[in-house]
Amino acid sequence: MRIQQHPILNFEPAEEIPFYFEGKKLTGKLGDTIASALHANNIRMLRHEHRPRGLFCAIGNCASCLMEVDGRPNVRVCVEKLRPGMVVKIQKGNGTLGKEEK
Amino acid sequence: MLFSDLVVIGGGPAGMSAALAAAGHGIKVTLLERMESLGGQLVKQTHRFFGSESEYAGTRGIRIADILREKVESNRLIDCRRGSTALGIYEDGVVTFEEGTQYKKVNMDRLVVATGASEKMLVFEGNDLPGVYGAGAVQTLMNLYGVLPGRKVLMVGAGNIGLIVTYQLLQAGVRVAAIVDAADHIGGYLVHASKVRRCGVPVLLGTTIRAALGTTEVEGAVIQKLDSHFHPIPGTEQRLDVDTVCLSVGLSPLTELLRLAGCKMRYIPALGGFVPVHNSYMQTSRSDIFVAGDASCVEEASSAMMEGAIAGLSAAISLHVPSAGILEQRERRIRELAALRAGDVGAKIRNGLAVMAD
Repeated sequence: MRIQQHPILNFEPAEEIPFYFEGKKLTGKLGDTIASALHANNIRMLRHEHRPRGLFCAIGNCASCLMEVDGRPNVRVCVEKLRPGMVVKIQKGNGTLGKEEK
Repeated sequence: MLFSDLVVIGGGPAGMSAALAAAGHGIKVTLLERMESLGGQLVKQTHRFFGSESEYAGTRGIRIADILREKVESNRLIDCRRGSTALGIYEDGVVTFEEGTQYKKVNMDRLVVATGASEKMLVFEGNDLPGVYGAGAVQTLMNLYGVLPGRKVLMVGAGNIGLIVTYQLLQAGVRVAAIVDAADHIGGYLVHASKVRRCGVPVLLGTTIRAALGTTEVEGAVIQKLDSHFHPIPGTEQRLDVDTVCLSVGLSPLTELLRLAGCKMRYIPALGGFVPVHNSYMQTSRSDIFVAGDASCVEEASSAMMEGAIAGLSAAISLHVPSAGILEQRERRIRELAALRAGDVGAKIRNGLAVMAD
């Protein structure tokens, strides 16, 4: 969900950025991080290591939000900017490198 | 290898103030900031600041970030390196950092560490579920990206951050079921507490969270009353219909680099935990390393800016740069910082600093 109206801040309409999450095509906005784009699409479970994990600190401190992005594991999606066509996946445990994936 | 009189690690209010203060006396500064833009946590603080007029009281945090950023970026003595994460500090005065995908080095004579703080966790069942956020994360999502963390929130902690973020949630159109705090009194300013109470948000004191409920994300929360010894009172559990839990239970100074550099550390709970021992000039046990902001002791942005200025001036003074009025300028800043901490709210910090000076 995105903020519709705000008494102090002004969120200008921004260019739409298409990306993929678990094979599904979604849309974020220019300026989004991967995490903010997923949240805007109501997706909060980002990683699964025995238990589901999500965003916690949002500024790159805590490593709760590690995901697989374009085949690369352990990307801190709270600080990684969204780019067009990114392939984002829920990371299982420590993640795997693209070619090792079974 | 780059060369710089002074390296400042951290481009938040403390680091920017340190860089500006030193550059104001002709010192060449390299400023390392891990994010793509300067401002630190000021960039999401939409509320107006209190404190002293010299530190922008009455101005919103986001605007203060703009003012400082413009000053830093237009200063020719400051080499501002964004997207640069400091990695190590070596005995020979080399600071290593990662800039994008490149490994780089800068040789410095003096260092100011202004790395800020990270959010504390609280132990309860389900605290790792998606939908449990630090209060700063909620601010970042809403105020920086315009995205909501959820529809209905339980706020844990009635300090200033908890109260302010509650108000910001309401401003963004999110409902807040309650604010709980284990203490028997509200930790933040009463003006903030009154504001959220007038909006209909109950502040439940002597109450804590026992569990976040849900399978893949937060679908509810259980709160419980505590007795005067902080033991849960049986039979007082209450289930709240919320999809988000926001933790505002304090901050810990980010001091890894200072430990690495061998700065003497002390555990002082009133200052946020392990803090680098420093004097009123913001100088650590290593004479070439200074600290400022939440990395030195967890407080707030107004004091961080003053500490930054003191640290930057002290670094300049220790480089024996002849500059008119620099000692007087530092004394004035030290007096202003003491005045900011003079009231009841500053007692905790004053006591913590007294322990440090022991």
